[in-house]
Amino acid sequence: MKTFAQLFLSLDETNKTNEKVRVLKDYFIAVPDTDKMHMLALFTGRKPKRQINSTLVRNWAVEVSNIPAWLFEESYHVVGDLAETMTLLMPQSDIGSSKSLTEWIAEINALADKTEEQKKLWLLDSWAMLDSQERFVFNKLLTGSFRVGVSQNLVIKALADISGLEAAVLTHRIMGNWVPETYQYAQLMEEQDAAENISRPYPFFLAYPIQETSEKQKAPQEIGTALGNAADWQAEWKWDGIRAQMIKRGGEIFIWSRGEDLVTEKFPELHPFLNALPDGTVIDGEILSFRNGSPMPFNVLQTRIGRKNLSKKILEESPVAVIAYDCLEFSGDDIRPKQQSERRVILEGLQAATLYPEVFHISSLIQFDSWEHLGQAREQSRAMIAEGVMIKRKSAAYQVGRRRGDWWKWKIDPLTVDAVMIYAQKGHGRRADLYTDYTFAVWDGDKLVPFAKAYSGLTDAEINKVDYFIKRNTIDKFGPVRTVKPELVFEIGFEGINKSTRHKSGIALRFPRILRWRHDKPKEEADTLETLKALLGDSTE
Amino acid sequence: MAKKPLLEFTDRGIYCPQGMFYIDPWKPVDDAVITHAHADHAYVGHKRYLAHHLSREVLRYRLGEITLQTVEYGETVMKNGVAISLYPAGHVIGSAQIRVEYKGEVWVVSGDYKVENDGISTPFEPVQCHHFISECTFGMPVYTWKPQVQIFEEINNWWRGNIHNGIATVLVGYSLGKAQRILQNLDLLNGKVYTHSVIENTNEALRRNGLILNPTERITQESVKEEVRKGLIIAPPSSVGSPWMRKFQPYSFGYCSGWMSIRGAKRRRAADRGFALSDHADWTGLISAIDATGCESVYLTHGYTATFTRYLSGIGFDAHEVYTLYGGEEEEASPQPASLETTPENQTEEDSAEVSGRVEL
Repeated sequence: MKTFAQLFLSLDETNKTNEKVRVLKDYFIAVPDTDKMHMLALFTGRKPKRQINSTLVRNWAVEVSNIPAWLFEESYHVVGDLAETMTLLMPQSDIGSSKSLTEWIAEINALADKTEEQKKLWLLDSWAMLDSQERFVFNKLLTGSFRVGVSQNLVIKALADISGLEAAVLTHRIMGNWVPETYQYAQLMEEQDAAENISRPYPFFLAYPIQETSEKQKAPQEIGTALGNAADWQAEWKWDGIRAQMIKRGGEIFIWSRGEDLVTEKFPELHPFLNALPDGTVIDGEILSFRNGSPMPFNVLQTRIGRKNLSKKILEESPVAVIAYDCLEFSGDDIRPKQQSERRVILEGLQAATLYPEVFHISSLIQFDSWEHLGQAREQSRAMIAEGVMIKRKSAAYQVGRRRGDWWKWKIDPLTVDAVMIYAQKGHGRRADLYTDYTFAVWDGDKLVPFAKAYSGLTDAEINKVDYFIKRNTIDKFGPVRTVKPELVFEIGFEGINKSTRHKSGIALRFPRILRWRHDKPKEEADTLETLKALLGDSTE
Repeated sequence: MAKKPLLEFTDRGIYCPQGMFYIDPWKPVDDAVITHAHADHAYVGHKRYLAHHLSREVLRYRLGEITLQTVEYGETVMKNGVAISLYPAGHVIGSAQIRVEYKGEVWVVSGDYKVENDGISTPFEPVQCHHFISECTFGMPVYTWKPQVQIFEEINNWWRGNIHNGIATVLVGYSLGKAQRILQNLDLLNGKVYTHSVIENTNEALRRNGLILNPTERITQESVKEEVRKGLIIAPPSSVGSPWMRKFQPYSFGYCSGWMSIRGAKRRRAADRGFALSDHADWTGLISAIDATGCESVYLTHGYTATFTRYLSGIGFDAHEVYTLYGGEEEEASPQPASLETTPENQTEEDSAEVSGRVEL
């Protein structure tokens, strides 16, 4: 655990990519293989199961810290990270533990069938035998929040440097379902991939935005300058659903979300079509709610995401279908290196043969002969229930991760509204102890009605100015939330708007974020609820 | 009717009606007693100043021609029957707690203070009093400092590592207090110490005041980059991310401040290294200092006042947040990021935000 704690500290101590890779390599070289795999699991978002619920951990940390519970809570708001708060508040200790990361994780997992009393004893003992830095990473393991400011790409790069294997190969080998208890470092490092893992998905290829932000809009001519001849490209609608990879191998089917969650059971209506695919097929596409053969807005799909049980009613009200746009494996062969247009032909062949055309759609190509023409088509996105258009080079291979060059997304400009900030809350992580989470309101008569929360969109300098304002213009406090003097006006951008019975305003926005601070607008000139409701029709019809 | 308190909180500062003087006032007054020379405590525009000897040259450097009386620690000055005396606060060189006595009633205004001996400021001394007005910049239990020996060991090791890697070392700390504390505790066997002008000006003022500081070299147009890279550069917060600092690339940049004990604060500053080295008392330091005064009541200003007051009340102190009088709030002492710091003078203090916080009254 010492080495792992030191890794964390060293990564914290540099902002330079090369330095981080060096630190990661040093770690990999220094620790036993089982530790390597545990670290890899943690750094790629495969956190250990939470064996003690966080309220209990919190309560016991309060006991150990010997401070009142309210002071612990206040401290947490200042620090913005639970594991760190607990570490800072416990009596300092200089004794370190000689147990390895693997051993600690095994102990944590062994808690599953222990009583609460046994768990407590174990936890207090464990805290007592760790020094502060170890305790911090240990608390991170326990509370399951493991964000380290190191991307998966950097970890892969370090492994690639050590092993001589290609980064893309390694990225693929760590996709999908595996646990560090059984997946061995030696397997990961084999020259030829012998792992018989039929469920393993390919790394997703992600498009790069052609307009960095909605502020920096691009005219069709500029797109032309950047991408060249329109004839070299194909265009499709950018669907707003759940990106998914669907696998049929060895008679079994698997559906993976982009977050690498196995979601096969969440979409039973897709099973017949997937089962009917030839073995050795992998399709990339979007899962959307469909009604009468047409895709529905994301909020319809949202009603069934996150439900444990899919009731009959839900399945009837919000049935899903797939809009496929790529084929990655065919007849058991990895066809990702083939050209976009060749893969498209294969995909079309699969779709033409399906007996389930009502759930297996194909993403139609937008016909265009110039960038201006595509620009006009893009204007139709909202009517198509799309978020914009995708532009793919006809000769593109299916690559790994977010890459510039061959796949671009050209999103529609967001809808906007000018709103007044009325509540604020402190952020977390690097925004700890700063007011960064805001609630915005629009006018309903002479009242301000809250309608959206937004966390992002301001620069650090702006955040500090807003924070400064909030601290001096607080009208009321409710726990961590402050009611702020309504004065600051912001332009809020969002992707869609829907009716909502759960919100006071009666509406819910999709992806609200701050576009800019309207220094020029007094609060009286902010928009009204009427204006927002008028958009309801536009975006859903 | 209750008698008027010896000290009261006004919109100009802490005021003694009997003695007709203010302590650290932020609006122009006739008589100002100054705890220390940081910009948020020593404002320009008062008719007469009273401060410690060791603040003399820095005050003159910062405020220009002022009418200044200076005293030694423990020396008494009488004003209309009120005895004023200064006691070491340990915050920075020349910093003082102000003891005010009238007809047997004693008040002490802490100014900013820390309890650890930093090796350059006269160490903090608890002063017995009836009423204690204490700062609580770091009045949260998450702030607990390591002994400075340990922090300087880390700093010196980091410096050695940078020399080994052939990169420059830039250490950021405010110009009065932190800079000299760093300077006096560096391992000069590693190499030379270079300073930004803002810091060297303060060093010069202190040397004029008779203080012996380790040798430093001011960075100028003529400085040879390759030489500077082997040394350690002490720079003020205002220089972070400036073209001046970029000249020394490649470098590792460390930040010395109590706020650095929280990862988020360090990440916000995008510092390579954060050293939690503070000139303020930490949580346990504050509690022990308050306890040592034997005071009947304690008034908490600038810092996490609400939280700290609630805690002290809970463990039996008669604690008051001078919130309504000061309009202050816990977070006002939070660090402003480098991007907001524009002029060198207003961010020479660790807690520069207090300046603006107070002016608003």
